[in-house]
Amino acid sequence: MNEQVEQLSCQELVELVTDYLEGALPEEARLRFEDHIGRCGACKIYLEQMRQTIVVLGHLPEAALSPDAERELLQAFRGWRSG
Amino acid sequence: MGQALAEEKLLESLRAGNEEAFRELVREYQPSLVRVARIYVSNQAAAEDVAAETWLGVLKGLDRFEGRSSLRTWIFRILTNIAKTRAVRDGRTLPFSALQDPGRVPEAAVDADRFLDPEHPRWPGHWAVKPEAWPEDALLAAETRDRLTEAIEALPATQRAVISLRDIEGWSSEEVRNALDLSETNQRVLLHRARSKVRAALEEYLKEAGT
Ligand SMILES: [Zn+2]
Repeated sequence: MNEQVEQLSCQELVELVTDYLEGALPEEARLRFEDHIGRCGACKIYLEQMRQTIVVLGHLPEAALSPDAERELLQAFRGWRSG
Repeated sequence: MGQALAEEKLLESLRAGNEEAFRELVREYQPSLVRVARIYVSNQAAAEDVAAETWLGVLKGLDRFEGRSSLRTWIFRILTNIAKTRAVRDGRTLPFSALQDPGRVPEAAVDADRFLDPEHPRWPGHWAVKPEAWPEDALLAAETRDRLTEAIEALPATQRAVISLRDIEGWSSEEVRNALDLSETNQRVLLHRARSKVRAALEEYLKEAGT
């Protein structure tokens, strides 16, 4: 009954980070993941960096439509309405 | 439900010829349309053409749109059809295999040489070169954002589309799957690879900037 739960290596853990953040890990795998994070400072930093990356991505400005292109589309919309 | 109701209202305005409603719709979706089009066509200009053609297709179909899918899904289906036709016309091979089965070609999230050997007697697969905490203020700097944009541009088109919709535009994974016609697993594999590469690019940049 004292069988050792097989532990994740750091190299294995980094491949599971997205599944973890997306809530897609099965219960047992999630517990192993969190157990590793609780004991490994480097992986904890890695996970934090992934989270920070996502936050910064969310603050990138979006590519806007050029005013010319927007005018053309609005013209098409007017044509559609009257046609 | 709130979303369905909002969509109903929007459709009503569009059909009534409300220009402001159309302008808003275009502004909301244009960046994503161009990003997704880039999966199929070779450059930015062609992708913008495809997006413009999509809007014309949307107008043409609007009166017949019955709301059996969400408006967003419907718009992206139009886009995908136009983009595929264009890709065939331009003689491009579509990256279908990449979309359907990204797991076939393995790709490490972090270079293997950052880790100790998996057969290491004491610390198998542990970090050899550990990641170091990033300085918060550098993360928010304008230059960091430029680097981030470069890193996204450098991604394969399918990965770029997934990370753009999911993390830049803030779509749910289900919405991304529907728009790109991906399985749940493949969506996640593509997202994982894209995020991992962007993180690595940030790490490299912040290390340079810090020394
Ligand atoms: Zn670790």
